[in-house]
Amino acid sequence: MMRIAALAAACLLALQAFAVDTGTTFTDPALQARYEHLIRELRCLVCQNQSIADSNASLASDLRREVREMILAGRSDDEIRAFMTERYGDFVLYKPPVAPRTWLLWLAPALLLLGGIGVAGLVILRRARAAKSDPASLDEEPDPS
Amino acid sequence: MKLPLRFLLPALAFAALVGFFIVGLQKDPGVIRSPLIGKPAPAFSLESLGDPAWRVGSADFAGRPWLLNVWATWCGGCREEHQTLLAIARENRVPMMGLNWRDDRNLALRWLEQLGNPYVAVAYDPEGRTAIDWGVYGAPETFLIGADGRVLQKQIGPITREIWQRDFVPHLQPAGGEG
Repeated sequence: MMRIAALAAACLLALQAFAVDTGTTFTDPALQARYEHLIRELRCLVCQNQSIADSNASLASDLRREVREMILAGRSDDEIRAFMTERYGDFVLYKPPVAPRTWLLWLAPALLLLGGIGVAGLVILRRARAAKSDPASLDEEPDPS
Repeated sequence: MKLPLRFLLPALAFAALVGFFIVGLQKDPGVIRSPLIGKPAPAFSLESLGDPAWRVGSADFAGRPWLLNVWATWCGGCREEHQTLLAIARENRVPMMGLNWRDDRNLALRWLEQLGNPYVAVAYDPEGRTAIDWGVYGAPETFLIGADGRVLQKQIGPITREIWQRDFVPHLQPAGGEG
């Protein structure tokens, strides 16, 4: 039984390791690391929920080739990202840039958290005040009489 | 009857959320607005599909409006829109260039022979490099470039007569008299 479970787990791992990138690797490991990082940050526009690292669409392989060639040509990561957004828009980046247009997107989690803390604070304060004046009022369903 | 704020506020927040969903879910996530619109069209010069010795490119249309249609024989939508492209070409309003994307030259030539050729010229882009410069991510795509060399309109997916009339023709009216 354990053996079957282990085998099943191994199969899942193997799926994760399945690589679509058939391009040549860099001789310099630092460049290879940059390449792998970048292609994970870029969205494949044909199959929108995959990065170009994960997708075997022909456009994704073309875009991987562009990234590889730009790295070899000595372009910086920012230059490569700019190359992509000039052509495909911010949507190509999995991590959208912080700009006036995206402030709401980036700040929304903090705003919601602050709002939640505010509401919780109000409720606690009100209950504390009510408990002080009349402990019986804490009942969820006060006696209708 | 006046509802207390503690009921009204969550109800309003919920209504706002539903509003966002109604608008958001009706948008097609497959259509991405091109950042190219309003910007100068990317220049290119490629082999002609029909004659490798002949170069065709964006410079051929300098100073006048033109269309760029991205197509391939492996693309189903391209077959779907082909009759519309032929009709647009017959109108003779604006020249249409083809960009044959990641395709086989012989298959592409046979396609034009069999279905008809709406293009004044076809650029051959087997490696998809020019397509990337134009932000192409799915054929068919059709661009309208103005006389000033800027991209005016982009259609993603098969073009129809309705789309042509609604999104493209209005851009062609004000430019000069000859049309």
